[in-house]
Amino acid sequence: MNFLQFMMTNRQQVLDLTLEHITLAGVATLLAALVGIPLGILITRIPQLSKPVLGGANIIQTIPSLALFGFLLPAPWIGERGSRLAILALALYALLPLIRNTYAGIRSVDPAVVEAGRAMGLTDRQLLFQVELPLASGVIVAGVRIATVLSIGLATIAAAIGAGGLGEFIFRGLAMVNNQVILAGAVPAALLALFADFALGRIERLLGTLRLKS
Amino acid sequence: MTDASSHESAIEFDHVSFRLNGRPLLQDLVLSVKQGETLVLLGRSGSGKTTTLKLINRLLLPTAGEVRVNGRRTAEWDPIRLRRSIGYVIQDGGLFPHFTVERNIALVPRIENWPRARVEARVRELLYTVGLSEDLASRYPSQLSGGQRQRVGVARALAADPPILILDEAFGALDPITRSEMQKEFRALQQRMQKAVIFVTHDLREALLLADRVALMEQGRLVVDLPAAEFSRSKDPLVRAYMEAFSGLPETR
Repeated sequence: MNFLQFMMTNRQQVLDLTLEHITLAGVATLLAALVGIPLGILITRIPQLSKPVLGGANIIQTIPSLALFGFLLPAPWIGERGSRLAILALALYALLPLIRNTYAGIRSVDPAVVEAGRAMGLTDRQLLFQVELPLASGVIVAGVRIATVLSIGLATIAAAIGAGGLGEFIFRGLAMVNNQVILAGAVPAALLALFADFALGRIERLLGTLRLKS
Repeated sequence: MTDASSHESAIEFDHVSFRLNGRPLLQDLVLSVKQGETLVLLGRSGSGKTTTLKLINRLLLPTAGEVRVNGRRTAEWDPIRLRRSIGYVIQDGGLFPHFTVERNIALVPRIENWPRARVEARVRELLYTVGLSEDLASRYPSQLSGGQRQRVGVARALAADPPILILDEAFGALDPITRSEMQKEFRALQQRMQKAVIFVTHDLREALLLADRVALMEQGRLVVDLPAAEFSRSKDPLVRAYMEAFSGLPETR
């Protein structure tokens, strides 16, 4: 049986696992964005925090993914369900690019523009939402893009702790020494990552031209 | 005195010093500007001109002495209210690159929640005032020439009709011809508007053209504060040095 035949006969399962995969990576990235972007903003306001926060996120990145899953396993509530645990771990990995790009994006806004805004009587809030975030949006979306692709790739490992996703095929194929089955997981996962990269790249470029117009 | 109208000076520096990390940037500055008057702060880079401006709109607070705007200490002012009553123009306009010309000009009226129709009318009026075509309203700053950007910067500062205007090297980035045009137009504008203006420059010619009074600064201190007509006759050695530096135009005939 070749790869395409395997995909066709198991199409329902391929679809289910793909959806599961998207959910894992999507929820994880969303969660990371909800924490990482505000944290990135926070460290531009309180510069003393920037080193420890960026350093912390960096250290998380260096933990091997399987080990991180293992560390989190004994955690209450989180450890009960594979998918919860996988989402938390993926979100932790996605933090670094989000924090770093938000921080770098805001810092790259021309200080003369920010000071002009302050001198015109904009409040801190108005400065952030009307000036700094719009001007940093291209760099922040680039961070979201990196985080998303990273999560889609790493989510394949989530199957090792029973979280599902396309990793199921990969681990099953490894156990069966069957390349067809491995490919049934690897190819859709790679296509997902490419598609997300492309789509977010378009958004990033759009924001970039807005900024350039500027 | 708290009543602004009964107070003669729009801006007053009362023995103001400012230190940053122990380093004195401004020492014992005494200065005042009346409504309708244009004071030019002249001095080289690092002489404390920009620091002086930032003390007016409370981007900085004095470490000694007090700065009063409309008779009230800047430390007592709500900084947001204070800044919205002071128009601020910087080199190259300092425009928001992601805002169109129209939105840039309308910045303060909008955050002050003016009704839409009034904002639109005000933007049109200002474009006319600073000599820009209405067609430019929907452009972005990067699509404008340096002179046009500077005009938008002036229009933005005037938008909410603030009684005070401060300009920091406002025309410093312009080519000589545009610059001279802007200077003349600004002088005419000020004659009509009668605002309290503080204009920072290092260009003596610009200072003498625009000023009612010229205040010369050096190393954080005020050297002289003279009516423009008397400035060039001053015997002060630093004033002489300036006059000399700017008299050296090569003769071509």
